[in-house]
This record gives sequence, C-alpha cells and structure tokens, in this order.
Amino acid sequence: MTVVPEKQVVRPYGDTTGDGMVQVSFTLPLPHDKRAEGAAIQLAGKMGIDPAMLVHARPMGDGFTFFVVYGRVNHLVDTSAVQVVERDFPLLSAKEVNAVVKRQLRRKLSVVGACIGTDAHTVGIDAILNVKGIAGEKGLEYYRELRVSNLGAQVSVPDLVAAARAERADAVLVSQVVTQRDAHLHNTREMSAAVREAWPAGKRPLLIVGGPRFDEAMTAELGVDRIFARGTTPGEVASYLVHALITSRKAATV
Amino acid sequence: MTRKLDLDPVLVARARELAARAGAPVVELARSHTTVSVERAVLRLAGVQGADPDGIPWVNRLVDAVAADVGLGHGVAVPVFDALAREQLVDVTLLAQKAAAGSVRFEVPAGRAATAARRGARRAVAAGVRRVDRRRAERERLVRRFGDPPQRPWIYLIVATGDIYEDIPQAQAAARAGADAIAVIRSTGQSLLDYVPEGATREGFAGTYATQENFRLMRAALDESSRELGRYVRLTNYASGLCMPEMAALAGLERLDMMLNDSMYGILFRDINPIRTFVDQRFSRQVHARAGIIINTGEDNYLTTADAVDEAHTVTVSQLLNEYFAHEAGLADWQLGLGHAFEINPDVPESLRLELAHALLARELFPDAPLKWMPPTKHMTGDVFRGNLLDGFFNLVGALTGQGILLVGMMTEAVVTPWLSDRDIALQNVRYVLGAAGGLREDFVPASGGFIQQRAHQVLRSAVELLERVGEQSLLTAIGEGTFGIMKRPADRGRGLDGVARHEGDYYNPAVQILEGAGS
Repeated sequence: MTVVPEKQVVRPYGDTTGDGMVQVSFTLPLPHDKRAEGAAIQLAGKMGIDPAMLVHARPMGDGFTFFVVYGRVNHLVDTSAVQVVERDFPLLSAKEVNAVVKRQLRRKLSVVGACIGTDAHTVGIDAILNVKGIAGEKGLEYYRELRVSNLGAQVSVPDLVAAARAERADAVLVSQVVTQRDAHLHNTREMSAAVREAWPAGKRPLLIVGGPRFDEAMTAELGVDRIFARGTTPGEVASYLVHALITSRKAATV
Repeated sequence: MTRKLDLDPVLVARARELAARAGAPVVELARSHTTVSVERAVLRLAGVQGADPDGIPWVNRLVDAVAADVGLGHGVAVPVFDALAREQLVDVTLLAQKAAAGSVRFEVPAGRAATAARRGARRAVAAGVRRVDRRRAERERLVRRFGDPPQRPWIYLIVATGDIYEDIPQAQAAARAGADAIAVIRSTGQSLLDYVPEGATREGFAGTYATQENFRLMRAALDESSRELGRYVRLTNYASGLCMPEMAALAGLERLDMMLNDSMYGILFRDINPIRTFVDQRFSRQVHARAGIIINTGEDNYLTTADAVDEAHTVTVSQLLNEYFAHEAGLADWQLGLGHAFEINPDVPESLRLELAHALLARELFPDAPLKWMPPTKHMTGDVFRGNLLDGFFNLVGALTGQGILLVGMMTEAVVTPWLSDRDIALQNVRYVLGAAGGLREDFVPASGGFIQQRAHQVLRSAVELLERVGEQSLLTAIGEGTFGIMKRPADRGRGLDGVARHEGDYYNPAVQILEGAGS
C-alpha cells in the first residue's frame, strides 16, 4: 500500500493543476466607462490576480458598476499552517437535536428563558426562543422535543427561580442587552447565586446567558455554564443544550 | 380565467362552507371583545398624536388611564370625550397629557352626558376616517395619473437598513430598477412592542421601526419616484403583532398601499394570545377595507417550519380562513394578497411540477385575488449559483400560474442582507423570465387527469379533511391543540392577553360603527 503524502502547498484549480485560476465579482461605486474597467483590473491586481481578465461589466443604478473578473492568483496556500478554531460541541440540525433528546433523555427537555432585571429588550431571548427565530433559523419553540417557557421581559430573579422549579427546567436561559453600569453582569451574578441557593449542588439547571456585550470567557466569574455572544443562532444553543445535558453526561458515565 | 385543474365545484364550495363554520365563532369573539390596541387605534383616528418625554405614545397613556379608572369594557371613546367636556378642552392630546399627570378622572357618564360624549367621539373619529378616505381617493388619482405597473405580477422588493434615511435612497433605487412595490421590513421584535414608536428612526435591528413619521417620509419619497418613473410605486409595511389595529390606522392615514396582515401568524409564530390576535385582526381589516389597502397574508411561513409537500394543505386551509375573515371584515377580493411560497426541497423528484400544482390550486381557488408569491428561503444554502437558478424556476412558476405580487428572491438569501448587485441580478432574473415567458400562461394547460391535476385535487381534499376536523372542535381549540404548525397556543395563554376585555353592555366604538356603516 502506498501512502499518498498530503499536499502541503496548493493553489486554486481552474482546469489544470497549479493554474491558480479564480473568479471574483464585486461592485465599484463608479459609473461604467473605460476608467471604471481599469479600476476593476487594478483592484484585481492588488488582490493578487495577475493577469486579470475582466469578463463582465454592467452598470447598476446611478454611479455603480458590477464586475466579474477571472484570473490567476499568485498566492500559495500552505495547508500545514491552517489554523481552525473548533467548536467544543457538534452543531446538530433540529431533527438531530430532537432525535437525541427523544432517544437518550426519553422526555421533553425543559427550557425556561427570560430577560431579567429592568431590561426590557426581548429581542435576544425572542430570537432564540420564538418559532420565528433569526437569520432563517427557527427558534427553540420549533423543536418538538424541547418544552420552552419564555417568561418575557423584566422578570425578577425570584420569579425566574420559581418558574424554573415549576417547569422542572433542565436549562435556564437569560438574555441581557442593557449594560448601563454593568447591569448585565450584576443581574447575571444575582441569578446564578440564587439558582445555586435554590437547588442542591449537582441538581441545578444548566445556566446560560446571552447578550451582545458579554465576554464568552467570563463563565466562571459569573457563575454560569455558558455565555453566548452576538450572532448566536438558536441552532447553536440547541446543540449546546444537547451536548451539555445529554451527550457529554452520557459519555462521562459510560 | 379558464379552469385548468378541473376542480370539483362541490368540493370547493364545501371547503368555503367549512372555513366559514370554523371562523364564525371567532368572529363572534372578535365582535364581543376589545383590546388596548383597538382602543388606541380609535384615539389615533380621533387625532391623538405624539408621545411623552420617555417616548410612550399619548394614546398608550390615555388608554391606560381610562382602563385604570373605569376598565376597558366600555370602550375609551365615551369616557375620554366625557372628560374632555368636563375639563373644557378641545384637544384630546392635551387631555392625554393631563391624564398622564394624574389630574383627570375618567367616568362612565349616563344620560345626556353620555349622549354628548358619544356625539363628540363620533365627530372626532369621523374626521380621522375622512382623512383615510381622502388618502384613498388620492391614491386612486395618482394611479390614474402615473399608471399601474405594465405587467402582472407586480415586482415586490424589500429594503431593511434600520435607518429610514438609508432606506429612502435604497427604495428609490429599487423602484428605478423595476420594483413596483417596496416593503420596509420592521425591526426585529417590533411586533412584540405594545406601543408604536414615534418619529423618524435611524436604528433598528435587521429592519426599520414602523412609525407614522417613517411611513410619511417613505410615501413622500416614493411619490417622487412615481412621478419620475411614470408608474405608481406601492409602499408596504406590517399590520401584525401587538399593535396591529394601530398600524392599520396609521397606514390608512399615511396612504400605505399594502400591509402584511395574517389571521394566525402572530398566534403561531409570536405566541401572541389568540383572542387578542383575532380581535385586533378584525378591526385592522375593517380599516384596510376602508383605506383601499391590499393585505398580504403569511402562509409562506407555514412552509418554512413544516415540509412544503406534506403540509401543502395547511396553506390552503389558512388561505380559506384568511379569505373568510377578510370578507367578513369588508375586504373585497382585489384586496386579498393571499400568500403562498416556493419552498419544496429541490431534491424532491418532480418538485417543479408539485410547485406548479400548488400555485395553480391557489390561483383557481381564488381567481380574483392578487396572490402573493413568495420565493424560496428554506433551501437556499449559500450556493448562490444554484440559488439563482432556483429563483429562476420560482419566477417561471409565478408567470405560468398568474401570480399577482411576486416577492423577488435573492440568491444571497441566508448569506447577507442583499447587496446592490444581488438585487440587480435578482431583478435581471425576474425580467428575463417575465420577458421570455410572460405569456406562456396561455399555453400552459396541465394534462387532464395528469400529475399536476391529481396533486392539486389531493391537496384540496386534505384541506377539506383538515377543515372538517377543525370544525368538529372550534378554531380556538384547534389552535390550542397544535393543529396548525407544531405550536400549541391555548386561548388563555400568550402575550397581550391582559390587554383584552369583554364588551360591557354600553360598549361604544365610533370607529367600528362608521366602518360597519351604521348610523349614529
């Protein structure tokens, strides 16, 4: 058996190994004329495309031109120097999340969410929980095997704890948008302390906070299990829930 | 149009009858309840404007003050106009300010005082309705002057920068590039605000707040574009969420042309209380009917959550219910932009034929409605080349089945908010298909007894079966038990329930009286 050595240095492939051919499209804020086409070639050159073939130019609206450029890039890619940041849990589809909960938890996974303190910005919690969701992804309500209770805005910590008890929450999701005088940090600490007081160690629900101004590395300091920052989608949260509550726990006990 | 699907007229009539049976108890509910937002809409028609220094609209302050003193069940019109007379004021906004300061007490007057308050309220609201009438006449005049788009479907494009002053040049550019209708997407979460923000706004999340001032600015800009282009460019926004009635009133006052207004969307997708939604919906549709606004319903949403083949009949059921509620509220067929979408997984064999069957079914069930045809979103993967092809097929189905309003699909759906070039490429796609195959509808006659006819019959049968199941319980129970989509929405849960009140015996709403054509 011969071992094919992994190629370390590669170039883009058009129709011949090593030809370095790429295709790009972009718009310049210039009316379509010879100068605009020259500008497009210049940009392509600065992107490392040489020679650049301008194959398409089309005026759009007032003072804009759209270009398609083909050409050869002179850059090399060293695959041994590629660094990939791995997510520490696998991203699952809604179907997969439901299947894992159904098969391994054998009951609905209960999630309680709220905006706590005086924060009235439900944009974040609704994006994650509402069926409507965000960025084309459905929210957690859409997942058949999750039981979601969205308490809305301006929920007090005692009310949140009471609801989490009543719903036998597996996880508590808290959203904090307002950061005036570090309100998001104070509120989160108050919440995590109250939850620790209300449940015996090891029995408490998973604590997750999210918001645009959180630092994802502050979990220990805030006493929560996970922090989600700007741009988080419901699918990521659902995948994390399954990972933290089911798959990683199973793995630990096997 | 000629009948291409050979639908069984008895089954079609049965479907409508069942939709009416399912909807009638809901209409009864809507006729016997009011909501904070209905009452705020009445005050807006009566001329109350502006907001307090914290940005809370005066209509909210006033309705809250009345509700605190005498409850909501009498309607706010009589207590407000009674207080106005007692305080010897002429301006209701001034009364709202005094009420917010706590210096006015509201009562439910009797006898002569009650009669006078009713008369005053009716006069004020009638002035607002007259303004809506004038705006409708103005639209009709402008359409005559500038003309309607030369083709059907109308081309519908979205702008969504979050900043009204960025939206305006983008909307004007889109109109120049061929858009017949511009929709300004609202900021994420506006549907769950229980008030309408005030003034021109420059920061929204993935959309621009719907406010009266933003409506006015955008309509004025598109009037300019209409003049320039020699074709009336329509403006669209959303009458949905907790402020549905007020949005409808503001749209009427500012001459918006189309409003997204679905009967069940807020319940299923936003967890808004079902009763709140149906009460708000009926009032908003009465306003739309009067204002000559075309509503767009939201059936496309069902297909983004459920499978577009398995659940095709839920679209038909929802269209039938939306039609029933719309007719009941006084909307004419030409005002019903019933929704549906091209969302079948392209990997399903014969997916295009299935799409044609579904689209043609909607066309033949609602021959006089300007159907709203929504582009693929669920199976747009980021492969922009494949996406552009899919959009081309979507456009082709739209042309072949005579859709009324075509929302232009973007190949960068699910990648970025559309770039200038994305929009241009998408419009080229539409223009190519409509130019090359705009008349193909004439030649497109599905084979008798063939795949397309059979599929359409099957979907209609499933829709009738579902409506039969709904009819056995009631629409509210069906929604509570998760019949539509997978969401269970019981009537005693959901947002906005605390803003619902049953009518007292002396409930008075001058707007409903005028809109229903009743005398004083």
